[in-house]
Amino acid sequence: MRNLSTSLLRRGIVAAAVGIALVLGFATASFAAGGVTAGASCQPDPTTACIQGTLRDDNGNAVAGVKVTATDPSGASASVTTDATGVFKFAGTAAGDYRIAIDPATLPSGVTIASPTTTAKNVQLGALKPVIIALAGHGTGSQSNDIGPSTTGQLVWQAFTQGLLLGLLLALASIGLSLVYGTTGISNFAHGEQVTLGGFMAYIFSLQLGWNFVLASLMAVVVGAASGYVQDLAIWAPLRRKGIGISQLMLVSIGLSFALQYLYQFFFGALPLPVTADIQQIGGPLYLTPSGYWSMGVSIVVLVLVGLALTRTRIGRATRAVADNPALAAASGIDNNRIIRLVWTVSMGLAALSGALYALVNNGINWSTGLSILLLMFAAVTLGGIGTAFGALVGSLIIGIVVQMTGIILPGDLKYATALLVLIVILIFRPQGILGRSQRVG
Amino acid sequence: MDFGQFLVQLLTDAGGSLVSAVTAAFVLAAIGLNLHFGYTGLINIGQAGFMLLGAYGFAITVEYSGDFWLGLLVAIVVAIIAALILGLPTLRLRGDYFSIVTIAFAEIIRMIGDSPALQSLTGGPVGIQGFKFQGPFVALSPLPHEGTLSLGPLTAPYTGGDSWWLRIVTWGAVVIIALIALLLVKSPWGRVLRGIREDEDAVRSLGKNVNLVKMQSLIIGAVFGALGGVFYVLSGSVQADGLGRSQTFLIYTCLLLGGAATVFGPILGSLLYFVFTTILTDVVTTYVPHTVMNVTQIPQFVWILVGVGLMLLVIFRPQGILGNKRELNFIG
Amino acid sequence: MTDYPYDRTALRAELATVDELPGSAKPEPILIVDRITRRFGGITAVDVEHLEVQRGAITALIGPNGAGKTTFFNIITGFDSPSAKEARWRFQGETIASASSFKVARAGMVRTFQLTKALSAMTVLDNMLLGSQAQAGERLLRSVFWPSWTGREKQLVEKADELLERFTLHDKREDYAGSLSGGQRKLLEMARALMSDPAMIMLDEPMAGVNPALTQSLLGHIQDLRDRGTTVLFVEHDMHMVQHISDWVVVMAEGKIVAEGRPGSVMKNQAVIDAYLGSHHDQDLGDDAVLEEDFDELAKVEETEREVEEEKLEEYVEAVREAEGEEN
Repeated sequence: MRNLSTSLLRRGIVAAAVGIALVLGFATASFAAGGVTAGASCQPDPTTACIQGTLRDDNGNAVAGVKVTATDPSGASASVTTDATGVFKFAGTAAGDYRIAIDPATLPSGVTIASPTTTAKNVQLGALKPVIIALAGHGTGSQSNDIGPSTTGQLVWQAFTQGLLLGLLLALASIGLSLVYGTTGISNFAHGEQVTLGGFMAYIFSLQLGWNFVLASLMAVVVGAASGYVQDLAIWAPLRRKGIGISQLMLVSIGLSFALQYLYQFFFGALPLPVTADIQQIGGPLYLTPSGYWSMGVSIVVLVLVGLALTRTRIGRATRAVADNPALAAASGIDNNRIIRLVWTVSMGLAALSGALYALVNNGINWSTGLSILLLMFAAVTLGGIGTAFGALVGSLIIGIVVQMTGIILPGDLKYATALLVLIVILIFRPQGILGRSQRVG
Repeated sequence: MDFGQFLVQLLTDAGGSLVSAVTAAFVLAAIGLNLHFGYTGLINIGQAGFMLLGAYGFAITVEYSGDFWLGLLVAIVVAIIAALILGLPTLRLRGDYFSIVTIAFAEIIRMIGDSPALQSLTGGPVGIQGFKFQGPFVALSPLPHEGTLSLGPLTAPYTGGDSWWLRIVTWGAVVIIALIALLLVKSPWGRVLRGIREDEDAVRSLGKNVNLVKMQSLIIGAVFGALGGVFYVLSGSVQADGLGRSQTFLIYTCLLLGGAATVFGPILGSLLYFVFTTILTDVVTTYVPHTVMNVTQIPQFVWILVGVGLMLLVIFRPQGILGNKRELNFIG
Repeated sequence: MTDYPYDRTALRAELATVDELPGSAKPEPILIVDRITRRFGGITAVDVEHLEVQRGAITALIGPNGAGKTTFFNIITGFDSPSAKEARWRFQGETIASASSFKVARAGMVRTFQLTKALSAMTVLDNMLLGSQAQAGERLLRSVFWPSWTGREKQLVEKADELLERFTLHDKREDYAGSLSGGQRKLLEMARALMSDPAMIMLDEPMAGVNPALTQSLLGHIQDLRDRGTTVLFVEHDMHMVQHISDWVVVMAEGKIVAEGRPGSVMKNQAVIDAYLGSHHDQDLGDDAVLEEDFDELAKVEETEREVEEEKLEEYVEAVREAEGEEN
């Protein structure tokens, strides 16, 4: 969930005045003898080790011209200065612990560092090694992004609106999770990867191919929906015909989730990828970025449409009938398999939309994005009452708001832990969820 | 590297993974999960969370007290407490709630461990380095404290780090735990477990305190997991990300490969799994050009295969190698 | 079936003195139930004011489908909870109201299920052994020290063998219960319940899903239970089935007890005839499970799918029953 620390609040509460420098080390074996060198054009391959990082101040702006020294396990060292984007790179040839030292004298005035040396522990040949260095303050040249709320009331209000946004994005994804559960009985652990898929598609179409983001996210939805259709066709429908139990299906989805996560890492690497080149500032009454407002609007429109489709159209009613009682639905002439195929398609399309918007709002997507919000989705769906679409919406909003509001008090990822705690507490007192009916016993 | 050299390398690596303490640690966790999943039908998807909790409990205690046994005790106690907290609200509910809560629990432990908030205790993202807590265990070794021993192609220090001492202790623990598991599941208590796995209400109607027995199973499996966690970190460091969801799924793969609801399934499955992935990694590293797959992609590729393997296993051979298909119809 | 010499006279004589009225007092009640209600949404599935069950007798609880018999059964055996707090019921003088289901079983009231819960992934013998309650080896700490329970285990195996012999299942001893026929599963469930020598056995539709050829033999086994001193309470919706084996009949309709009496006379009771043949007949939606879980869905689907013809209702019920069967 580390990617989520750069989450919705990223551009919001910048008040926590800690700049973070990520030192990402790529170390691989080299033909050359031991040693470490400056490696501005270093590429990781089995014979070369690269160490790379970016220094940022608490405004998130690059800190250039800082002298950084790396010392390899044998004691050899090399120095570079960070470039205009705050990036520095080293090439190393030995495994082990590397010491990374920042020369405080070269930091711009106003920027300080608590501990000038950091150890990149256990750098392995060919392995990625992230090290975090905290910088504080910012220099005169660094333009502040901090035009967000300043009073406590505003901060709380902003956390609330951020939570609302997160909740809406969660709802887009968890309605699908809930519908799939309702119609097929599968607790689909690979649902998070569908969200991730949407984010990656947005990255490919928007940033790589340079499409307009609206088109890119539409394509993401199309690809997501297609993946849902194909998935049901190739995996779930045959398993239904085989009459496989729901525990087994759940394990299959876990295997799928696992394979997809590493497939994403295989093709996209482990680092978060941006989906837009724009730099946006927060503003307006809700303290959101323009993408935030857009995402919120799009989510609301889509959620209302889904709600109307479920309640007002024949096919929507049929879907609910299948979820409520498959045998009854089949007996009244509904083609369950067709409905389930449709549910997979639409659900995965919605998940992809959620992923694209999520990636836009956070301007980052990586292999574990979906996985980390999967648990929030499960919490939301459980909270609302498993298998009810409307419950998933209510649950999502609550979870989103709870997460962001506790983010005011708790640092970093721990705010996600509170959502999971909420889940556990709810299970103690109202296991059927807020809107669910109590289950029959015996 | 010619083929002969490669083969020697391959066999050495495979042999190394067979005796490795890491393999033994996963065997322990898999035996625990087998009690949950295989015998009781509890789909615990947070077993790595119990491992991590045990590892933290052990490492932090030993770091501050210097007492190996106290550390072991704390690891066991925290696992019991966690199992109670998780089990009390969820064991009376439908199975999927339990699953979701276990994975949530494992994530909470991982997030707290990873968080800088408790850095003084857990080391945050950096973790707790081995030298801080491995000393008392090393000191217990009756083997020479210096030098290495070679058995065939396998060379390791007598004591310290990934040593013969550690291997003897971990595999010894595997034997003891497997024996306990054998006695448990073959007893009338184990019979109640198998009954619960299939139909809780039937077992309730026969006057069994189903919730109590499920809780007992959860606790014992969790303790085995915590012990696995302790042994897992005795040759390395405690790092929250090292025991995450991937490790839980890995344990599932081992268990399903060997055969759930069998005593030797988790052992056989884990051994096969580690040997197989070692061989696969060696083969891919040697024969697939680096332009096709770079060094960081190789383990990812192996993990993809593990995921696909898990799916295929569950679909086509849910009973694994040793299991009995009829007995496993609870998941089918 | 072995024919046991049995004299019903004493029991019948005792029951002959009992008023044939809903909730009438019995000379020697083993189970006394008061004010049990159960509501699902807006529907009251069970509303029983008072019921006494005579010790040593076979009492049949009958009523049309949807009368709330199974729900009532679930409540008194601890598998469901009454909706109102004032519910009380006592078994052998002991209050077991709101006790967990396993405690009810330990108190000596063991039940079976309408959809047989034979544990199909276990052998017939293991099913039987699970039925016995007093087992030290089922305690966690004792279980690993096998010498502490192997002696008891041997006794239990003997007992199980005897029961299996009696229920003609002995040659299936080592088979998985899943390989048994529907009727054999009913027998196994009954035999398993007897492993703990219950004072009262509660059979939920023991004849449901049993091949008619086996029905007679099942009925014989039920009588045999009573003849050996076990009180039997069983649920059945076919009133003719119960006529010759039961000593007392309780009739439920729409959640209430509408009549009680001796099998010969109760069938003539106007309330019973109304219950079975009255205006509710065409609303007969099947068993209780339908009522509880699917009633509102049924209503919903009916409302939205008006084109479905009346005749299809029967199909609905069948399909739901099948689905219920698969789920369980």
